[in-house]
Amino acid sequence: MARRAQPISASPGVGAALFVAALILGTLAAVALRAEAGRGLGASDWAALRFTLTQALLSAVFSVLLAVPVARALARRRFPGRSLLIALLGAPFILPVIVAILGLIAVFGRAGWISQALGFLGFEPLQIYGLHGVVLAHVFFNLPLATRLILQGWQETPAEHFRLAAQINAGAISMWRLLEAPMLRQVLPGTFAVVFAICLSSFAVALTLGGGPRATTIELAIYQAFRFDFDLGRAALLSAVQLLLTGAAGYLALKAARHDGPGAGLDRVLQRWDGQNTSARLFDLFWLLAAASFLLLPLAALLVSGLPGLPLLQASVWWAAMTSLLVAACSTVILLCLALPMSAAVALGRRGGVETAGILGLAASPLVIGTGLFILIYPIADPFALALPVTALVNAIMALPFALRILVPRASEVIAGYGRLGLSLNMIGWPFWRQVFLPRLRAQIGFAAGLGAALSMGDLGVITLFADPEVATLPLQIYRLMGAYQMQAASGAAVLLLLLSMGAFWILDRGGRWHAED
Amino acid sequence: MLKIEAGLIDNGDFTISADFSLGAGDKAAIIGPSGAGKSTLIQALSGFLPLRQGRILWKGADLTPLLPGDRPTATLFQDGNLFPHLTAGQNAGLGLQPDLRLSKAQEERVGEALKRVGLEGLEDRKPSELSGGQQSRVALARVLLQRKEILLLDEPFAALGPALKADMLDLVSEIVTDTGATLLMVSHDPQDARRIADQGILVAEGRVHDPMPCAALLDNPPPSLKAYLG
Repeated sequence: MARRAQPISASPGVGAALFVAALILGTLAAVALRAEAGRGLGASDWAALRFTLTQALLSAVFSVLLAVPVARALARRRFPGRSLLIALLGAPFILPVIVAILGLIAVFGRAGWISQALGFLGFEPLQIYGLHGVVLAHVFFNLPLATRLILQGWQETPAEHFRLAAQINAGAISMWRLLEAPMLRQVLPGTFAVVFAICLSSFAVALTLGGGPRATTIELAIYQAFRFDFDLGRAALLSAVQLLLTGAAGYLALKAARHDGPGAGLDRVLQRWDGQNTSARLFDLFWLLAAASFLLLPLAALLVSGLPGLPLLQASVWWAAMTSLLVAACSTVILLCLALPMSAAVALGRRGGVETAGILGLAASPLVIGTGLFILIYPIADPFALALPVTALVNAIMALPFALRILVPRASEVIAGYGRLGLSLNMIGWPFWRQVFLPRLRAQIGFAAGLGAALSMGDLGVITLFADPEVATLPLQIYRLMGAYQMQAASGAAVLLLLLSMGAFWILDRGGRWHAED
Repeated sequence: MLKIEAGLIDNGDFTISADFSLGAGDKAAIIGPSGAGKSTLIQALSGFLPLRQGRILWKGADLTPLLPGDRPTATLFQDGNLFPHLTAGQNAGLGLQPDLRLSKAQEERVGEALKRVGLEGLEDRKPSELSGGQQSRVALARVLLQRKEILLLDEPFAALGPALKADMLDLVSEIVTDTGATLLMVSHDPQDARRIADQGILVAEGRVHDPMPCAALLDNPPPSLKAYLG
């Protein structure tokens, strides 16, 4: 078909996409050029590589295996609070990592709830630092994700299949053979690959719960090469290794992932007839309670230990909180300035290039981009003076893929539904943006902005590379308090961070939907 | 005079050829079997579908290169004629000022236009707070304010009941008579066509036929139209 006229132009979006691509590819090139490949990997680097792969593999295996019974229970039970529980499964995405870590320490740490209970019974306390702590935290974050992905597989199973199974009176074993196993064969590889890829490049977990020669990931090794040795060549070499790892894992995840489902409607209840006997009910009840407690107990423990400390927080924590709010606000503005024109460009039919630039951020980890930016900035300016702007920018780039997934479908709807009317009324350019595009996307903009603000607020990544002792965002300040063994103060600050990031998400998301109507 | 010279319209699935002229101020019904290309013709005239060949002339001026908003046409589509997040007054006001920065005098004109279509005092209602018939009236108020010389209707009233649809067509008829605009409307219903159109344009067999008196076309339809009318 001949190219139709459109009320707005795709060029700002194409420009934004070029900026993002240049930034990411430029930093990667800087890393590649600086990497001292001739030096090769030392023994500790190989150990870091082994540990990175081991922990990611274990985290993915546990997350996925545990998610299977939880998703099954959610798929076939209806109970009060079910949709709340499903919404809760989405929460870890915007939960600051350091908050979850402090919660997990309060439950599973040496002085945590479980260790105390074990102490009463005369057992040794648990040890959370090291491999099992890293895996535990990764399962905490990714079990919900895996559960949602598998639940989606259940939801996409046609209702006719359940009816058919009910007619032949299929028991648990035939249900497994007829429906669940085929569905899992389709869903699990993609789920596993996604979790594996996420765990390969999660930095904050390894920073707080790992460390030492036996529990250092590549990302942590980059950080250490940077902060402790200021060895940019080695940091760049490790970044290149990390880039290969995430690139390969991301490629596998994309390959293994099935078509992207809408993700909506997960709380729809399927009519099911199987699993009605008592043992199946008890089995499902057990898994639902176990999953809910695993997700909620750490947060409860954090609130119990942190709330009393909230009024006693030092001035440095409040300063850090102000800094974090500022960084998150700037990051959200940058995010929207990139994502809105890009979503318009995709809606106008410029799919391939713009979308690819949008997901580049998923391939490169923030620490790798941070290393590259540092190498680029170092010769011309003081990178430490730019810690906050760099953090805001990198956070925005990292949130961009998610913002685009939220904005693009609606943007396409608006262009398809109202482009013609706008054009016939000569609403071209800014009038269409102001009167149609932005108001029609308000709810999605609010959601994307909330996500971006919460992710930026809780981020403990690139800031650790750039910050000098004078500057801290709230997550970094919490990490420093932990390092100084001020766990009480750290918990109090973590409660503040939790309130701020959830509050930012809530206000922006609500604001977008306030008085919104169709 | 509205004229298409040696036009070929390509909507992606099929092409139709058009070579006809219609007098200024005429009211024409576009009639033909489903899928023959009636909407395609409207889209070409309003500028949403470029011509593959030929050109469109209005009073001797070439419209072919103009964007929809720059053409002397106002178009009402089957649906999506109003922005749901804007009030009735704003939706109508878009006919005066695409950026909605209306002067006091312009706002008064919006009020008059709404009054003219029977919506006095409903300026601040959103489309969702209006009935289907009232929504159509808002769109017609905007058409009034646009003051375009050609009005194109692609069955905007198809979702309304028969009585309401007749009301709307009468209102359209009054508006085009008052303003002297030229009307082209897609019609599925011979009754509608007879109601307001004096000319009939048959679209069938990949071709836009020459206009002829509407009554004559319907009373004595060619075979392709006869099969459709039954």
